[in-house]
Amino acid sequence: MTDTRTPRAMPAAAPVKQSAPPRAGRLRRARSVTVPAAVLLVLALLPYSAVEIPVLLDGPVNSPGSLQLFALCLVFGALALGYDLMFGRTGLLSFGHALYIAGGAYGTQLAMAELGLGLLPAALLTLVLGTVAALVLGAISLRTLALGGVGFAMVTLAFAQAGAIWVERNPGGLTGGEEGLPLYTDGVPAALVGVQNTVHIYWLALAYLALVATVVWIATARPVGRVWQGIRDNEQRVAVLGRSPFAYKLGAFTLASALALLGGVLHLLVTAGATPHTSTSEFTLTLLVMAVLGGSGTRWGPIVGGVLFTYLDQRLGGWNLGVEPMLILGALFVIAVYAAPGGITALGRRRSS
Amino acid sequence: MDTLVLLTLTGLGLGALYFLIASGLALIFGLMDVLNFAHGAFLTVAGYTAWRTAETVGGVPGLLLAAVVGTVTGLALAVVVELVLIRRLYGRVREQILVTVGLSLAIPAAVQTVWGADARTFPVPDALSGTVGVLGARVPVNRFLLIAVAVLVLFGVQLFLTRTRYGLIVRAGVEDRAMVTALGIDVTRAFTLVFALGGALAGLAGVLGGIYFGSLSPHQGTSLLIFAFVVVIIGGLGSIPGVALSALSVGLVQQYANYYAGGYGDLAVIILLAAVVLARPKAGTDSPLLRLRRALTAPRAQSAGGTA
Repeated sequence: MTDTRTPRAMPAAAPVKQSAPPRAGRLRRARSVTVPAAVLLVLALLPYSAVEIPVLLDGPVNSPGSLQLFALCLVFGALALGYDLMFGRTGLLSFGHALYIAGGAYGTQLAMAELGLGLLPAALLTLVLGTVAALVLGAISLRTLALGGVGFAMVTLAFAQAGAIWVERNPGGLTGGEEGLPLYTDGVPAALVGVQNTVHIYWLALAYLALVATVVWIATARPVGRVWQGIRDNEQRVAVLGRSPFAYKLGAFTLASALALLGGVLHLLVTAGATPHTSTSEFTLTLLVMAVLGGSGTRWGPIVGGVLFTYLDQRLGGWNLGVEPMLILGALFVIAVYAAPGGITALGRRRSS
Repeated sequence: MDTLVLLTLTGLGLGALYFLIASGLALIFGLMDVLNFAHGAFLTVAGYTAWRTAETVGGVPGLLLAAVVGTVTGLALAVVVELVLIRRLYGRVREQILVTVGLSLAIPAAVQTVWGADARTFPVPDALSGTVGVLGARVPVNRFLLIAVAVLVLFGVQLFLTRTRYGLIVRAGVEDRAMVTALGIDVTRAFTLVFALGGALAGLAGVLGGIYFGSLSPHQGTSLLIFAFVVVIIGGLGSIPGVALSALSVGLVQQYANYYAGGYGDLAVIILLAAVVLARPKAGTDSPLLRLRRALTAPRAQSAGGTA
């Protein structure tokens, strides 16, 4: 059985940054702060614009409908980036990420509705319990790497499926089954409830994306990120150098899961409810597709992929094309694997250089 | 007693269905390292073409024709996917898996576009919709049909693998692809063959799944696929008898737990999986099931070595 994590099978490895001359390095470092800061500023000011963009948007940019769409796009951009911490950075093909997203959404909802907690304590409790669960399940799942990367993929899928079954079964009327649950608004601050407050939700989603990007970018730039990259490219080499690949992989898994749990809370707030779709294996697969579509293992790729995919997924249905959005998106993805092996962001880079 | 008989036979029927799905997956994975996520989608499409055929023709001849149409649909779909998509990514396992992931999203959506999201009733002729008395239990006839087909397929696949030249190449390719290629044998041909075989098995499973559940929906194949994945992990990757054994245990555990543990059969299967994963002590060592299988198949491997 050959290793599925062969270097040539990797989607366009990130260029080695240390080899650049010092001045270019300083320039790059300056750019690496100014570009995200500029993007963040533009996105933060977006709700002050009332521009109408026909076809692309139903209402003006600052209408609640558009802002809700943007917020959803940002949340998925962040979720895809968090997922890529495992897939693109560490080479762990997990099919169970949905478990932690659904866990964040349902956990927070249930902690508010059943325990009477406020949004913040409920989210915090979910985050702590969920991260402990991720640590345990991650440790179990990583043992199956003896079967090759695919064993890990399938075991994470199976654990996530247990969560999906639990949600669908609606035990004790807790999860609402196929209907899902409407957001328990009593626990949520008034500034985050109602259509007129969509702008606050949007800013919260933006803050979440900024947080995930900061955590992922800083972590991957630090020594731990180099070890992850080493594991991705050649795990044996890392083991020979005296680092325990298991601990680093578990670290990547747990960090990604914690970010996903928080993402679940955001998904709950943006969609104003816990939807069973977040627990399905298809949900994880779409995150994988987003990361690869945009450019896995790169800074911006997963974000671009997540935003674009979510936008199309939401809007294609409204354009009356007579087909399911997922048919177009799935086919688009298959084409992208051949036409843009490094993702959309790599395509732009190739053209500009 | 009669409940136990009914549960056992239903569990065996479900296990038979899992075996049909999982055996195709295991063959493809064993030879090509490709985790075929589109397998469930093949199953769904085959189920729908079979449903259309059975609706149009009707009766037992309709069902027989539907079985043929479904199997051929799965086979044709798999061959097209292998030739057009998978082959181009030769040696790039990760991209190959990603392509099948894309298909697993697109194909059910295509099915939903054509036939709608609602579940369709699969027409089962009267001869198969009744029950038979076994030790006081009224067991649906279709359970026996599934078990019989699965046993036939198990023997057919084993005969193909052990008695034909192509089977030999496939088995050798599963063991050591690089060596087979070095001997000057065209492994890509074997890839197409195995993909076709897997597709045909998925197609047949689509038809039988329609009969077993009595209905079809666009995402049914995908949800069945997940249990097939579980079966493949428990059974050991790339071994047909191991997959058969684990398919039976998963089917039985699911049915027993559904009845005796208040409908939590699906969760019981996941717990079984976790137990098996934990029982496998360390990297490089085998699962208890694999060791048992090796003990059972060791003498035959010797005689096969003598004739080859």
